[in-house]
Amino acid sequence: MRLHFTEAQRAFRAEVRAWLEANVPAEPLEDFDTEAGFTQHRLWERTLSDGGWGMVTWPKAYGGRGCDLIEWLIFEEEYWRAGAPARVNQNGLFLLGPTLMEYGTEEQKRRFLPAMASGEEVWAQGWSEPGAGSDMAAIRCTAVRDGDHYVINGQKTWSTRARWADWLFGLFRSDPASSRHRGLTFLLVPLRSPGVTVRPIRQLNGLPGFAEIFFDDVRVPVDNRLADEGAGWQVAMATAGFERGLMLRSPARFQQTARRLVQLYNERRAEADMDPAIRDAVVRAWMGAEAYTLSTYATASRLIKGGHIGAEASLTKVFWSELDQRMHETAMAILGAEAELLPDGGGDESRSWLEGFLFAQAGPIYAGTNEIQRNIIAERLLGMPRA
Amino acid sequence: MDFTFSDDQLEFTDTVAKFLRKEVTPTLIRSLWETEDGRSPELAAKLAELGLPALSVPEALGGLGLGDVDWLPLAREFGYSALPDALLDTAWLAAGALAEDTGNPVCAELLTAIAAGEARIAVGHPANPLVEDAHRADRLLLLHDDGLHLVPASEVRLEARGSLDPSRRLFAVGWQPRAETRLTADPRVAARLFDRGALAVAAQLVGLSQRILDLSTQYTGERQQFGKAIGTFQAVKHRLADVAVLVEFAKPVLERAAYALANGDPLAPVFVSHARVAAGDAAAAAARNGIQVHGAIGYTWELDLQIFMKRIWALDGAWGPRRFHKARVSDFVVDRAGGLDPGDLFAAAS
Repeated sequence: MRLHFTEAQRAFRAEVRAWLEANVPAEPLEDFDTEAGFTQHRLWERTLSDGGWGMVTWPKAYGGRGCDLIEWLIFEEEYWRAGAPARVNQNGLFLLGPTLMEYGTEEQKRRFLPAMASGEEVWAQGWSEPGAGSDMAAIRCTAVRDGDHYVINGQKTWSTRARWADWLFGLFRSDPASSRHRGLTFLLVPLRSPGVTVRPIRQLNGLPGFAEIFFDDVRVPVDNRLADEGAGWQVAMATAGFERGLMLRSPARFQQTARRLVQLYNERRAEADMDPAIRDAVVRAWMGAEAYTLSTYATASRLIKGGHIGAEASLTKVFWSELDQRMHETAMAILGAEAELLPDGGGDESRSWLEGFLFAQAGPIYAGTNEIQRNIIAERLLGMPRA
Repeated sequence: MDFTFSDDQLEFTDTVAKFLRKEVTPTLIRSLWETEDGRSPELAAKLAELGLPALSVPEALGGLGLGDVDWLPLAREFGYSALPDALLDTAWLAAGALAEDTGNPVCAELLTAIAAGEARIAVGHPANPLVEDAHRADRLLLLHDDGLHLVPASEVRLEARGSLDPSRRLFAVGWQPRAETRLTADPRVAARLFDRGALAVAAQLVGLSQRILDLSTQYTGERQQFGKAIGTFQAVKHRLADVAVLVEFAKPVLERAAYALANGDPLAPVFVSHARVAAGDAAAAAARNGIQVHGAIGYTWELDLQIFMKRIWALDGAWGPRRFHKARVSDFVVDRAGGLDPGDLFAAAS
């Protein structure tokens, strides 16, 4: 055990910090779920990529920087500290990217990863269907083999970023006679293909962060398949592991929220202390963010030494999502009557908290609801019997 | 940056864990409950054979020259087995204090005896009104206003006090500080002793929580109601999953605290208190949910679950109750955490 940053790691932090200070836009970008904001965010991804920061953990050959996971955590800490724009291509970078790294062919990696790192191709997810939410193995959307193509028919929903994204990755039933988690195949689908209809769905904040997608005889080359036909469930579980675990919700984000919450509490201490539970919640927020960060450094250290993440990702997902919800509830409690105000209502200070508060409500639902995660923890980690 | 235990640390912990699981059975624990002094000299001798008392003693004095990080996983195992012996007080807390550079010549002699398994030291601190295992101690390490004192057993009056946990043998200690008994006036030694005590409690609480998870998983996998194992029901699963989350996220907090303590990090007291709160929260949930998923059998004297629940409830007040530690974290967070930089996570680096 050696809980020190090395000289090289400190130098790396300084380099990231200096680059971000010189390059992060002074004015916040529009939300990436607006048309203008999406374009701004795509340009920002290009700027990041030109600086060599598109996806620091990937090999240079795929548009990365060849960093290890500790450097990734340092990069993220600095990224959030700098208030840099949200990553519009997070579905690609943090979920599909690592999946491609594990299951993709060399050709697929070279075809997709650099364009992902540069924001040239932005990715949406295609998991849920109207009849397959928590029960993802109930997927009905079909991909029928026809020569060197698959022909896709059916519907996906709750597809994040699909409104303006270029590509979609998802799970399709390639064996019509199959059921549950067998006979599923993981495909990469261009959203501009003939037969694809994208219908935006407005989220709680009023913006079209979701879409539902209709596939009507959409033809996708067999080369766009990840891993073997019928092996899609296994690939999807790996992707879900990245979503729940190390990559998507790096601890820096929660550390930053905890620091802001402490500041907010200190600014409004006289009102906040009317309820002693608020101070307690602020302290718990800090402890939770620290615990999550320490746990992630420990996981990164294990992975660097050749370890693996399995079902433990479910512990992580429950922890960060419920921490995020509690932190934002606490901020709302401190803000009191101001908490509800939108920017045009004069709520400059509450604005960022309100956005975060709404988004925090999604945390325990996406990437597999926390009820599903608790089942996984009980069955796969504790060894309790399946129903 | 390497946030893992070494192979040596893991192997030694594994050896100790296997020993404890074989030797420290609920049957042994219950039989010791019925004895006058509650302790087994045979068990103490076997623990000494494993080298445990020598762990914190410097190599020059016949010890292993290890420290807080090495103790952490071992103390978790002591908790897991609900070890009926305050070995940690002698071997981690007292030896840790004696190994500090106090300049007092008695330390070397005593450390050599500790390493050989020939000296037992009970530790008293104002945070704990009573002293555990004082009846078995050769000397007592006691904190007074003017510093830490090392007092021969012949100079103290003991009065036994009952604990909820029949394995804990607690004593009110009457004594008079003398100039000759004073080990050191350095308040930093006493402060580190306190932090080590709190961390030792935290580590045992995490181990105890894991034991309750294991017992509960086993029981709910066997007990049938409505024609199936009750562990198949989500209401039961989710209670235990909640405990698993708390335990998992307490562990690295304890590890940082041990590392900070071992390396003289100025933030060690805050990190230890954080660890103590996290472990206390996890353990309280483990006991609460553990008894709940057992149902009525969990409320009996007969079931071994009580051994581990009662140790949790008893330890949760030791070396500063959670409210004390929460307050210590709270003061730090409110005054300083808002201005922390992400690079400060491991403050020892600076």
